[in-house]
Amino acid sequence: METMLKVDDINVYYGAIHAIKGISLEVNKGEIVTLIGANGAGKSTTLRTISGLLKPKTGTITFEDEVISGTAAHKIVEVGVSQVPEGRRVFSNMTVMENLEMGAYIRNDKSQIKLDLDKVFHHFPRLAERKKQEAGTLSGGEQQMLAMGRALMSAPRLLLLDEPSMGLAPLLIKEIFEIIKDINKEGTTVLLVEQNANMALSIANRAYVLETGQISLSGDAKELAASEEVRKAYLGG
Amino acid sequence: MGIMDQFFQQLINGISLGSIYALIALGYTMVYGIMKLINFAHGDIYMVGGYVGFFCITIMHLPVLPALVISMVLTGLLGILIERIAYRPLRSAPRLSVLITAIGVSFFLEYTMMYFVTPQPRTFPHILSDVAYHIGPFVVNNQQIMIFAITIILMALLTYIVQFTKTGKAMRAVSFDTEAAQLMGINANRIISFTFGIGSALAAAAGVLVGIYYNSIDPLMGIMPGLKAFVAAVLGGIGILPGAAAGGIILGIVEALVSGFISSTFRDAAAFAILILVLLFKPTGLLGKNTNEKV
Repeated sequence: METMLKVDDINVYYGAIHAIKGISLEVNKGEIVTLIGANGAGKSTTLRTISGLLKPKTGTITFEDEVISGTAAHKIVEVGVSQVPEGRRVFSNMTVMENLEMGAYIRNDKSQIKLDLDKVFHHFPRLAERKKQEAGTLSGGEQQMLAMGRALMSAPRLLLLDEPSMGLAPLLIKEIFEIIKDINKEGTTVLLVEQNANMALSIANRAYVLETGQISLSGDAKELAASEEVRKAYLGG
Repeated sequence: MGIMDQFFQQLINGISLGSIYALIALGYTMVYGIMKLINFAHGDIYMVGGYVGFFCITIMHLPVLPALVISMVLTGLLGILIERIAYRPLRSAPRLSVLITAIGVSFFLEYTMMYFVTPQPRTFPHILSDVAYHIGPFVVNNQQIMIFAITIILMALLTYIVQFTKTGKAMRAVSFDTEAAQLMGINANRIISFTFGIGSALAAAAGVLVGIYYNSIDPLMGIMPGLKAFVAAVLGGIGILPGAAAGGIILGIVEALVSGFISSTFRDAAAFAILILVLLFKPTGLLGKNTNEKV
């Protein structure tokens, strides 16, 4: 299998706080990989570092054989990595359509953008209905869909998802996870950060368990879901 | 002249003065929106704009419009340069450091200009012959019409840029959430530069128009209008473009009415009384709304 993303022994600090202590992980082309763990384990920090919002003090991040640790965040999008940030962070003061246009900011291929827009509307028909509405007026679930649609508009090869289930009703979470599976089937590799370990493990190929800035377990998602250790700590059983 | 006639006359004067405030306030509010910085040097950028216009007209003998455009372009570039040198290195510094730097930039511009152009006020040449139009009992002169027309055109242009162009949309995105905008591939630094350029160009236009209207410019002319424009921006709701425009016009009208009916010595007091009232009763400004976040 072809390695798409390789995180090699990164250390990340917030000021004096050592948030990520030597994490290494890999995402292969076509996979869904999930990063699970408790609040404050460093899941979001890892994603933010991959996206270039934080710089690792040591260690490297490689995407398709290109070193991207140290590259500016806005340039990492051009390389093919797009993130749906925690808390959705849609541009509430702009319409749904404008949000999606911002997602395609780095692109100029009008006809291809139009095709991707149709794809997004196919995944999220509700966004098409609300095209002209301000994003701030959407419900939490719709905002999550918009944040995902917006990230897809850059036509990423790797999609980073940070807690897509946060604050959503169980039915909606199911719907969102079905869509993540569809997006993956259509060729986008996914790195998913979740607190909802059950859901995450159910759709992922492989998983890493993060504990206070370090990877404590990793392996096949189904095996991890069945393991005693993970069940006790994260699956409430 | 009856009291109503006088009222309307002052209204006309107030709108032209208010247009000037509005142009300066727009830059204030744009920069605040995108960087959360009260750029206290903004009034001085307006002053520099006035001087560039002055030299275009006196030395290069240009007509009003080319002088206005050249002043806007050069002053816009100055704004970009100031942001690059003074503010960008402080991007992750505490906000107070940036604010103090802004005050430093303000002094720097004032006294550098004083060194080069002397503190003496310059008389703007009389390039537009005075034509007064009598509409019923009111008098509107051609300069007031020009100020108002240019302000409207610039505001329309700005609205078009912000609402419909890709860069304008990116400006809105960066000012709403810089980090999320970066995750879209938007180069936030470039957008901030652009915003400084546009804001400074608008201030420059105001500087040239004031020179033509009041016939006089000096290196400290930016202090008071800068503060007034700040009041206008807060009155409309800082960070909100239509708010800055409305705040500027309202402030101009209030000042003209106070000058006309009470005493011109009270006009500054009126402006700052407005600031106090806004901060007491509606700190978000006329068009500001309390933001609700959905989780």
